[in-house]
Amino acid sequence: MRRYLPFAIVAIVAILAVGGGTYLYHAKASSLSGSRIHGESAETADSDHVLGPAEARVVLEEYGDFQCPPCGHLSDPINELQKEYNIRLVFREFPLVDFHKHALEAAYAAEAAGLQGHFWQMHDLLYRQQPIWSSAPDVRQLFDHYASLMGLDVERFNRDMDNERVHQRVAADQKKGESLGVKNTPTIFLNAQEIDRMHLNPAGLHDAIEAAIKTNKPSS
Amino acid sequence: MKDRKGDQKAKSARPRVEMFLYAAAALIAVTGLGEAIYLTVMFLTGELAICGGSSGCMEVLGSKFAHIRGIPIAAFGAAAYFAAFSCATFAAFGYARARRLFTIVVGGMFLFTLWLLFVQAFLLHAFCKYCLFSAAMIFLLAGIGVSRPVSD
Repeated sequence: MRRYLPFAIVAIVAILAVGGGTYLYHAKASSLSGSRIHGESAETADSDHVLGPAEARVVLEEYGDFQCPPCGHLSDPINELQKEYNIRLVFREFPLVDFHKHALEAAYAAEAAGLQGHFWQMHDLLYRQQPIWSSAPDVRQLFDHYASLMGLDVERFNRDMDNERVHQRVAADQKKGESLGVKNTPTIFLNAQEIDRMHLNPAGLHDAIEAAIKTNKPSS
Repeated sequence: MKDRKGDQKAKSARPRVEMFLYAAAALIAVTGLGEAIYLTVMFLTGELAICGGSSGCMEVLGSKFAHIRGIPIAAFGAAAYFAAFSCATFAAFGYARARRLFTIVVGGMFLFTLWLLFVQAFLLHAFCKYCLFSAAMIFLLAGIGVSRPVSD
């Protein structure tokens, strides 16, 4: 009996290691893929990045920079507000290249993922992982890793990140923002009205959406 | 006569000490194995935020040294820890070959740890707490490895 004991111990630890690792991997992977439950079908490569119904009474338009910490802090609350009120959410790129060295590449990464139908998933991941890639020496490698994690074609993702069409798309968003007077991120418009920076917090956005819903109540 | 008895006593106590040493090594290796599996999964799922805001940790785990051809270093670490655990377990049960193999495996891990510490200190100028914890585990294993002469 004692002769077989070491074999049994090693086998048990091997099973626990493989089983535990697999379980942890699936738990983490499913929490990642489940973090975005909204459909991506409404989005096409040339359209805006939009969530929520076209007939929504409230349209929240955000000009964001993936490397901007306040944008990252607001990302989850905005997602929750979108779900809670079923508002229409529009995201536009506004990378602050003078302040954030990886902001432009992050915007390209989101757009490149968008070309494979995963803009919002990359959007969420970039904000969630912002502290990591912001200080990473090789940011492209991390973005490749994120792309493979989402099951994207990584080669195509890489090509698209360097694609002029993607660059123009980001530049177009930025130009549009500048024409509206956007200078900082996040800048949020609610039904085309810019929200005061003092209210750029979860409670302030909540109140602003409530007010917009009341204002736009359909007459019965 | 008295001396011979004392020698016999010392000889009979020796395997017990060895058994405890290798059992301790197996426990240390299993701890390292758990950490390496955790880090591997975190790497594969992109959940590197475990660093809890430590920029050094992010720099190390996000660097090109954190993986070899897409395979995280932590996965190699997990395999090495498992090998060390297996050898230590068999050695604790008196398998002489396992002792030699344990010393070789831990020696390799020790050298690789020195390389990783060099990378952190001189190439990345940042330290990762998980890597330092793992280095401590490997130093302990190496201590146990050298405390038993291979020729025994």
